[in-house]
Amino acid sequence: MSQVHASPRGEPLLEVRDLRVHFPTPDGVVKAVDGLSFSVRRGETFGIVGESGSGKSVTCLTALGLINRKSALVEGEVFFKGRDLLKLSNEELQKIRGKELAMIFQDPFACLHPMYRVGDQLVEAVQIHDDMSRKAARERVVELLAAVGIPRPRERVRDYPHQYSGGMRQRAMIAMALLHNPDILIADEPTTALDVTVQAQILELIERIKEEFQIGVILITHDLAVIADVAQTVMVMYAGRSMELGARDAVFDKPLHPYTWGLLESIPRVASKGELLVPIEGAPPSLINVPPGCPFHPRCPHRFSPCDDQRPDFKDRGGGHPEACHLSAEDKRRLWSEREARRTKVAV
Amino acid sequence: MGRYVIRRLLWTVLVVLVVTLLTFVVFYVMPPGNPSVRFAGKQPTPELIAQVEKQLGLDRSLPEQYAHFLRRLFLGDGTECPLVYRPLCSIESVENFVVLDTGGCATGVSGCGWPGLGMSFDSRTAVRQELIERTPRTLSLIFGAAVIWLVVGVSIGVISALKRRTIWDRLAMGFALFGISAPVFWLGLVALWIFTVKLPFSDSLGTGYVEFGNDPVGWFTHLILPWTVLALLYAAFYARMTRGNLIDTMGEDYIRTARAKGLPERRVIFKHGLRASLTPIVTMFGLDVALLVGGAVITETVFNIQGLGNYAVQSAVSADLPAMTGVVVIVAFAVAFMNLVVDIVYAYLDPRVRYS
Repeated sequence: MSQVHASPRGEPLLEVRDLRVHFPTPDGVVKAVDGLSFSVRRGETFGIVGESGSGKSVTCLTALGLINRKSALVEGEVFFKGRDLLKLSNEELQKIRGKELAMIFQDPFACLHPMYRVGDQLVEAVQIHDDMSRKAARERVVELLAAVGIPRPRERVRDYPHQYSGGMRQRAMIAMALLHNPDILIADEPTTALDVTVQAQILELIERIKEEFQIGVILITHDLAVIADVAQTVMVMYAGRSMELGARDAVFDKPLHPYTWGLLESIPRVASKGELLVPIEGAPPSLINVPPGCPFHPRCPHRFSPCDDQRPDFKDRGGGHPEACHLSAEDKRRLWSEREARRTKVAV
Repeated sequence: MGRYVIRRLLWTVLVVLVVTLLTFVVFYVMPPGNPSVRFAGKQPTPELIAQVEKQLGLDRSLPEQYAHFLRRLFLGDGTECPLVYRPLCSIESVENFVVLDTGGCATGVSGCGWPGLGMSFDSRTAVRQELIERTPRTLSLIFGAAVIWLVVGVSIGVISALKRRTIWDRLAMGFALFGISAPVFWLGLVALWIFTVKLPFSDSLGTGYVEFGNDPVGWFTHLILPWTVLALLYAAFYARMTRGNLIDTMGEDYIRTARAKGLPERRVIFKHGLRASLTPIVTMFGLDVALLVGGAVITETVFNIQGLGNYAVQSAVSADLPAMTGVVVIVAFAVAFMNLVVDIVYAYLDPRVRYS
């Protein structure tokens, strides 16, 4: 799978450059996203992982113009097919939303309007971008519902959301997102609210449509296991910044940032019973008072002199992919293998 | 949906029945005083009281009285007219009052029939006739006021929710605070004073009620002030409620979905947002309208509209039991009916209700 990233298919579809999203509030400025850069290619699943409040969702909502622009200061560039989305008017963004850039959300129970039939909500989504008769739009909807695995779609279009199960609602959301063959599908925690078995089915579905429709997928999650399953590229976010960005195998096998180490050590692995689970000490910082220097330094066991006053650049320090940690590549290799050894020793 | 409506309909009938029983208990069984004493003149003798009691039917046992009441209510009281006074007989003295008792009434007295509610103790007219005359007045008042407060209240609420924290929002909420705080009797009198005394509208605007059938324009001009005054309080409540509901709804995930689909903001607000925020307003609207049937007392009094609210107060003050019962039955019927309407509209608006 990592080969996909090694030989990317074509130019980036979506390129985020030095994105900053700040919300002025009476208590101070909330720096939800603070200098973020990444790009997504066609046929790639780009995973963004991080704790809640690390700026994952805000990044994507900003790209789609779904945050209140009046209450936020947005800087940087989000290039999509040659246009900077941040410079488009609301009307221009409306034409892109749901057509070229589609998004699905965490809670499928709350994401469909409870008072309209599922079919009607999808038909509305078809007709808003395509001048199509109701009947033709309905056909398109039935076709897509079938494609995402809704049984008896011709009958189920007439149902209301409360007659669907959680998994089916998420499928319907995915069908809605695919109606116009978008270039990019943003999935914001698409499986968090679902049962584990359903979760796997939905991930599989996203994976399948990515291949079938040849689209780029941005998968936002706090669950490393989900990322490990489907993403080709992983970006680890902390306090609105990117900590590490690389091919999935590289990030999972040779992680370079102490925060990533902490994340990896705190997921239970079924295969290694008895292994020590190490939580990351402390709590994520308030986004109003982000610690100076590296935002992770107060929780980092390996901090040293520059960490508390110099913000580390986001670059490749010789480890193979870009990250934001002052430690040298050699130190990183050594510290990670020590931590790995300590962890597995407990298991033995 | 059809099944749901039938179920609600049966339920409504049951509610109306229970209310009649409660009404009877509250008005005939629970009050301590004897209404006959009131109607027996200034120096009642026990014989006189007994006679009046017999006359009013108060000498019979309570279950008998209730059965009587029910029978009259559902079958009409035409046959019982001879037992009570002819509406046209003037009562000048207690003696006359009693004498007439034996005389009885000619058949076909106006006011008897279905639904039978008996004769008012006080005015000795058929309660039914009284209600037939008064109900259109009150309904006219409520109907106009309801249209005004719905349109004004909901529009102000929507504007203020969408222009949150702007000058428009502050103005709208200031209006709401005024509307909620200003007492109706004060507002009504001030409106009358301004429009009929200070401004030269006294010929067209005015108090009292003009029948729609006789003079539609007069009906309108005589009602426009009471409508506005009555609507103001409700408009203020509805504005606040709409604002709150719409702000909540616009924060829902399905609104974000609607935006993510690429819908224009106008459509997001009016199709997706407003629909969900109007359901609680429908509930409130139904009950408000129903309760005003017997409750627009102050407005009716200030503007001299001889409606049901007015009648309710008059009959309560004079212990006129049949009249009170009549009003309560009408109000109960209005509440039950509006509830039925609300339930049906709600089920139409929110499909989840139909299936649960």
